This record gives sequence, C-alpha cells and structure tokens, in this order.
Amino acid sequence: MPKVELKKISNFICRDISLRVGSGELLVLLGPTGAGKTTLLNIICGLIPYQGSVLFDDKPVDSVPVAGRGIGYLFQDLALFPHLDVRRNIIYGLSARNWGRKEIQARLDEMRGLLNIGHLLERYPKDLSGGERQRVALARSLAPAPRVLLLDEPFNSLDVKTRKHLRLEFKRIVRSLGLTTIFVTHDFKEAEEVGDRLAVMESGRLEQVATSREIFFSPNGYKVADFLGSPNIFDCESYEALGNGLVRAHCGGFPIIMVWEKENLDKIAISPEDIYVSRHEPPGPPINRFKGTIVEETSHNSVVTITIKTEARDILAKMRKEDFVAENLRAGAHVFFILPLRNLKGA
Amino acid sequence: MNWLKRIIPGWELLPIAAFLGLWEALARLNLVPGQISMPPFSMVIEEFYHLIAGGMLVDNFLSSLVRVLIGFLTGSFAGIAMGIAMGWNDATNKALHPIFSLLYPIPALGWLPILMLWLGVGELLPITIIFICSFFPVLYNTITGIKGVPKDLVRAAEILGASKAEILTTVILPLALPNIFTGLRLEAGMAWRVIIAAEMVAIPTGIGALLMRAESLIRVDIIIVCLFVLSVMCLSFEKFFIFVERRLTGKWR
Repeated sequence: MPKVELKKISNFICRDISLRVGSGELLVLLGPTGAGKTTLLNIICGLIPYQGSVLFDDKPVDSVPVAGRGIGYLFQDLALFPHLDVRRNIIYGLSARNWGRKEIQARLDEMRGLLNIGHLLERYPKDLSGGERQRVALARSLAPAPRVLLLDEPFNSLDVKTRKHLRLEFKRIVRSLGLTTIFVTHDFKEAEEVGDRLAVMESGRLEQVATSREIFFSPNGYKVADFLGSPNIFDCESYEALGNGLVRAHCGGFPIIMVWEKENLDKIAISPEDIYVSRHEPPGPPINRFKGTIVEETSHNSVVTITIKTEARDILAKMRKEDFVAENLRAGAHVFFILPLRNLKGA
Repeated sequence: MNWLKRIIPGWELLPIAAFLGLWEALARLNLVPGQISMPPFSMVIEEFYHLIAGGMLVDNFLSSLVRVLIGFLTGSFAGIAMGIAMGWNDATNKALHPIFSLLYPIPALGWLPILMLWLGVGELLPITIIFICSFFPVLYNTITGIKGVPKDLVRAAEILGASKAEILTTVILPLALPNIFTGLRLEAGMAWRVIIAAEMVAIPTGIGALLMRAESLIRVDIIIVCLFVLSVMCLSFEKFFIFVERRLTGKWR
C-alpha cells in the first residue's frame, strides 16, 4: 500500500498543510467541526481544487482523476445509493471499472465474508439498521481494492455501544488488509482508540501530529489544548506499585491511586468533565477525594467551567449547569471533588 | 366501518349506488330544478350505448386521445430532456432559466389565439397546446429532481469509477424519477382538461367539440356522457403513472 504525502496543501479552507502517512498506517485526522478535515479528504481524492501536491509513494497524483487514484471513501452519511440493493451497491464500483462477471462474484463473496453481510444482499438501504449500513458502506468502499482508505466520521450517527463495537471491527479489518487509512473524527476518545498517530486540525491548519498520549499530555499550543478540553496535567514526583495494576503516586501535590501497568509514570492527566464535584463530602473510602474552594465560574451553553483552588494547585472542572445549580455551587463555595480512578491517564 | 365491511362485501360501492339511485329517482320524479330537465341515469347509459354503437363517441374520443398522446409524449420527452440538460449543467440552467421563467406562468390556453394565427385550425393546434401544457411542469420537476440528488451520492459514484454518463444514468436519473413522475402524473390529467377546452373553442372534432354540439342541441345526456369519458380518462392517466412510478421506485422508497 502506498505512503501518502501532502506537500504545502492550500485552498479556500486548508492552509499550508504538509503531512505524511506511512504505508499501511492508520492516521486519525482530529479536529472540531469546520476545521477543514473533510476538505482535506476531498483534496486527497481530487474532488476539489487545491494548490500544493498530493503524492502516493513519492509520485504526484494531482493530475490523476478521482477514479484513477485508487481511493476508497466512506462518507459521513455513508452515501449508499438508496435505489440499489446491497448487492448492487457493493458491486457498483466493480461494474463501473468493467470487472468481469466472475471477478465481481468472487469479490462480492470476499466482501460478504469479511464484513458478515451475506444475509443483507437483497435488502435496500432503507431496510438496514445503522450498523448494517456502516458495514455495507465499508464493503462498497473496499470492494474495488483501493490502495488508500479515507473515512469521514463514519460512526457519527450510531449509538455508543454499536459505535464501539464497529470501531474495533473496523480496526481489525483495516489492519488485516494493511490499507493506508486516514480516519476523520472530532472525538478524541474515538481517535485515541482507532489511530496509530493523530493529526490535529484547527481552522484549516495542521496544529500537531503525534501519538494520542503525546497530544494529550503535551498539546502544541492553546488551540489543541482547548480542543482537548484543557485537561488538568500533573507532574508526578514519585509512585509505588500496589499490585493488581494499581499504583499510588504523588502528582501535582495530590496523593493519587490509579491504574498503571507500565514502567515509568511521569505525568497524569484528567479531563475537566471527568471530575466529580459536590458540595457534600462523598461517601466511600478517602481515595482520590480532595477539598477545595471554587474561585471562578464561567458558563457556556449548558456547561459550567469552574476553577477549584486547593492547597496543592488549581483544578479545572466542568459540569452540567443543572447539576451546578442543584448542588447550590457558586464562587467562594467549599467543595469536595473526586478524580475517578478509571479516568486518570498516565504518561 | 369495520362492521359494515364484514356484513356487506364491496360496501365501498354503496355510496356510488346510492348516488345513482337518488339521481334516477329525482330525474324520474322531475324534482331537479331548472328549465331543462335532467335525464335519468338509465337514459344516460342508453345514450352512452347509442353513441358507442353509432361510432360517434369512439371517433371523437380517438381524435382527442391521439392529440393528447402526441402532445403529452412529445412535451414530456422535451421537458425531461431539457430538464436533464438544465439540472445537470449550471451554465445551461443559467442561460435558459430566465426565458422559461417568463414563459412558464402563461396558461396553456393563453397561447390559443396566437397559435391559431400561426398554425391555423388544424391538428397541430391542439397538439401544440398539449405540448406546452406538458413541457413546463415536467421540465421544472425534472430540474428539481436532478438538483435534489445529494452531492455525496454523485461523489461516491465518481470515486467508485463511474463516468459522467454512468453517473447520470445509474444515479441521477433513477433518483430524480419520483420528481419526474410527479410532473408526469399531474400533467397527464391536465392534458385532458386542456384538450377539451381547446376543442370546445377551436377544433371541430374530439370530445370537446362533441360537448359543444350537444350543448347547442340541448342534449344533456350526451354532455354527461362526454364529462364521464373525460373524468375516466383523467383518472386513468393519473393512475397509470402512479402504477408505473410504484413499479419503478416502490422497492427503495
């Protein structure tokens, strides 16, 4: 499979983007809505005009028409042809490329086995569930044996459970085919789960390309940090293993117990929305429970961001406005907060 | 209504039977107000039989049918072809849209005086009127249908390797069919209404002309027969297109 390289790509949205995706790599393009992620996919496909150069295996493909680039594309809304049944959707690209009847049948059988969609072939898209539609759309993208696979937030419309299941299945399939893949999402957790590396985009610019941990713990500038939800990051002074995958660590002045099975623990991080805040002392053992005072509150839409001052350092937490009001919280209030064991990330 | 359905199979025909019975009774008892008496339903049926047997109804009906079919088919075909050109190509749309926007609001019968001067009173006149009546609605419905096809579907076909012609024939036209059929269905009925009006005003043959002759002879029974034929034809044409549309798009819509 080819390595993909973008050299100084610019257009009406994207600005001077250079990026390399290794052969068989699964890169996640991450960023908020309107960052230019879909536009960049369309540029790689050749669907929209651009300046700069797109290279597959070091060869420019800028003058190669869309169909000749060997790309499989999974659209955000999947774009299944509603007037064709599943079988004809999947073989559409093969017929368009003049594959022979036997080759088409063999490829259809292959896709049927790979994505477990044999029972759906005679159905129309309107008769499929969300998960089934995803599978069929992926089968249609993979059927013409693309060299590069582009996915534009394909799991957006699904419920959390189906989404998680399909993500894992998708990763398994892409890995087994060894495809060079670019996966677009605005969800950091999804990006973390799917990608080898993450490329963070904001306002048409590429802000950072790194592993998910590097991005989370060392965001390159305030835009990336803001997009990630401005996580609280603490440097760790010491830690000791407790067994069963747990460690007791001193990070940012807090004695913390967390799940950690690797060698060194230099930093820990927690997203503001993962911190539980209450006016009353929470029941249970005093693990990862601390006291502080709210010194600042800002409200945006239905979310309140609060700064809690503690003896060690300030903590940023986010909570739903209705919970904030129900707990009778305000600036100056003394509060208890919990850093939940499972939400703490280590590095 | 369920209890009625159980007791009397085919109960839906009851209101029609009641209406016809009431019509027969009122006419026979001479209870319909007005100076000219209303013929009973049985007399209309009898006249219907005579008109068919004598060939008058069949001749006039065929004259109207041929005009409607030629005008409607050519008008619809031209509307679909032009609609594809305008819906598919922005430049064509921008060039022609202003002209068609000006012509579209003119009622089909509004063209009658000028067409009579240009074409004379012959077969071409009603056919042209039907052509105009069918062309514009089918044109606009086709444009709407084509422009309404989601861009992602076109892009998906393009990425999958389809040529422009394949995209048009395998994606755009099938998905525009429901809109095209809406235009065809509405205009199929309208074509009959317009042909009758044109024949009443300017043409000596056809159902419309027969209606006018019956009026001058004060033959209410013939007028009713003609109206009945008109009603059945409007309904049949509309139902035909509903049937074809369902056959073509029913599975996936």
